[in-house]
Amino acid sequence: MATVSAMTPAKTGFREILSRPAVGLAVAILYVVVAVLFVFMLDRRSLWYPLASLVIAPIFLLSPLVVASLSMPRIARIVLLVVMFAVVMPVVGISNPPYLELAVQISIFAGLALGLNIVVGFAGLLDLGYVAFFAVGAYLWGMATSPSETIFTENAWTVSYWASNPDLSPLAAGFVAFVQSGAFFFVMFIGIAAAGLVGVLLGLPVLRLRGDYLAIVTLGFGEVIRIFARNLDSPINFTNGAQGLRNIAAPPLPGFYISFTESIASVLGLRVDNPAVLAKQLLFYTIGLVLLFVIILVCFRLKDSVIGRAWTAIREDEIAAIAMGVPLVRMKLLAFASGAAFAGAIGVLYAAKQTFIDPQSFILLQSITILAMVIVGGMGNVKGVVLGAMIITLVELHTLPNLSLQLNALRNAGQLNIPTQLDPAKYQPLVFGFVLVLMMLFRPAGLLPEKSRRLELMERNEDDELPKEEPISDAVLVDGSVPQE
Amino acid sequence: MLLKVNNLVKSFGGIRAVRDVTIGISEGSISSIIGPNGAGKTTFFNLLTGIYKPDQGSIDFNGRSLIGLRPDQVNKAGIARTFQSIRLFGNMTVLENIMVGTHSRLHISLPHTLLRTRRFKEQERLVQEKASMLLKFAGLSGKGDELSKNLPYGDQRRIEIARALASDPKLILLDEPTAGMNPQESAEAMSLFRKIRDELGITVVLIEHDMRVVMGISEHIDVLDYGQKIAEGTPEEIRANPRVVEAYLGRRAMGGGANNDSAA
Repeated sequence: MATVSAMTPAKTGFREILSRPAVGLAVAILYVVVAVLFVFMLDRRSLWYPLASLVIAPIFLLSPLVVASLSMPRIARIVLLVVMFAVVMPVVGISNPPYLELAVQISIFAGLALGLNIVVGFAGLLDLGYVAFFAVGAYLWGMATSPSETIFTENAWTVSYWASNPDLSPLAAGFVAFVQSGAFFFVMFIGIAAAGLVGVLLGLPVLRLRGDYLAIVTLGFGEVIRIFARNLDSPINFTNGAQGLRNIAAPPLPGFYISFTESIASVLGLRVDNPAVLAKQLLFYTIGLVLLFVIILVCFRLKDSVIGRAWTAIREDEIAAIAMGVPLVRMKLLAFASGAAFAGAIGVLYAAKQTFIDPQSFILLQSITILAMVIVGGMGNVKGVVLGAMIITLVELHTLPNLSLQLNALRNAGQLNIPTQLDPAKYQPLVFGFVLVLMMLFRPAGLLPEKSRRLELMERNEDDELPKEEPISDAVLVDGSVPQE
Repeated sequence: MLLKVNNLVKSFGGIRAVRDVTIGISEGSISSIIGPNGAGKTTFFNLLTGIYKPDQGSIDFNGRSLIGLRPDQVNKAGIARTFQSIRLFGNMTVLENIMVGTHSRLHISLPHTLLRTRRFKEQERLVQEKASMLLKFAGLSGKGDELSKNLPYGDQRRIEIARALASDPKLILLDEPTAGMNPQESAEAMSLFRKIRDELGITVVLIEHDMRVVMGISEHIDVLDYGQKIAEGTPEEIRANPRVVEAYLGRRAMGGGANNDSAA
């Protein structure tokens, strides 16, 4: 398939063989098996573990994308993906919890990047304040459950307070238990609605602007929301200001998650100290995965519809779009609101997973990082954006920290003497900047460009010397059979 | 009268681009608006389609005022247009370009889109069919899956027309549709304009510089100069009108006009 060939430059013959369904399926299964073997071969006590993990984690975590990209019968693809998500990943995650954490983070950021992709990639509206919508969702769940001294805690409006209140009648306790068990998903829906609404509110005044101007205004808006979060601790304490919200609750953990974790651990012969912690990670993994699945589905359905075509038209030429009957403001608001709604839902998950949020979690750099995921992956292409989110999340949370760990390990073993100032994890912005510059130079349309952009780039390369367009408007004046007297 | 424009005025700063223009377009006609460069023809189209807001005057279309409507609302009311400098959605395929044109005639609902209901699928099918039909109508068969920006100039003009037709307009405004075409292409374009009127029953208004096209196809001509209407009438009347000749046509076109007497 094209996507694979985009990743691995190969001869056409090789591509053709790979595009046969049977070969694709075999390669995919082989890839997954080898990746899993690699993971289980990792020895955490080895001196070189960080370096080995640095290589193997991306190989393993990319496998769903490999399966999704190779050509194979549809049923086989679905079965393989289900097996990987429902069996392989949990098992690997229980034996190697950092990988589960990575998977959760990837699903969170892939969801965010896909939301931003609707605004930037589909509709072509550059939004530099996207993290604001993420913050709305996160703060919503944070305020609903954190025991920090906010007005919600004082007035016993939080979900957690009810749980710890011993003076409830059995009926009330039953009601509270019911509310609590559903509260997370209920708040997630509120988060979707609230972030969508904020998206519309932001969109209404700024959508007359285009390009750079829109980018600047959205950038400002992102900061406004962050500063609201920082300063809304007085006179009434809504957000607990710069101290942030701590001990945010997780959604209730179904019992079978713990027993599942324990039984897998015993099958693998692992000793798990606190199965509840791992089980909770598994729960976040499940929620993240379901959210991501829904978001991907929504992206595809929106893109391949009247709405998606209208967005592309707006991206290509606003004047022509409105003259063809596309209501600009309404369609742009819809793009803003859909992108924001995704961020709101993910914000709720993020707050529950991190258990602590503060205004520093929602700085401009976050917006830029998410935008970088969209650009690196390939603006407009769903699969590309997921790949971009994977790569950037991995580099940020795995590759660079592991390099640091490796250097540390070598330093402690006395094999290497590098000053701690050269810690790779400290050079994250440098690495990102470098990656972006290289991307813009060599793959401006992203790693997996959208189909039409790929077509465009290909044809430009092939037909470089053939001018296709005849001279237009100026020539008309000269050429027109009516010379001006 | 399908379209009745009365005393339309539009100024940009100190420049009065359209001064007190009154024009009527009768249903089922093919008419042209001509005039030297900078006479205000394109501004007039932009006023009709809501891209500019007129300072004064009225625009009545099909018994309803268009003043204050946004371009998309004008499109929905039944006026479609093309642009002087081609404005296609370059990175969309030809078929997708035409499909965008149907936007104002579609039922757009987020739930239906997300749930892929039968109603949504049925609508998508109809849109596809219509776009394919218009593709054929505009003489672009077999080019539906190409990126519109990669097609030659003449085809791009045709795509713009097909896209405009996709909104089922009552009136189509073509802004210099044969600009940059050679005589043979112009002749083909003219037969397409006639087909639009004869087969689809859509009223056609052109802005044109090519006098072969103007005199060959128009049933009625309005002449603008410096933002004012200086003449109107049949091609013969316009050709004989001394004001037009003086302001605009010049010797060459007068000479060339003699070859096109069979028109209109």
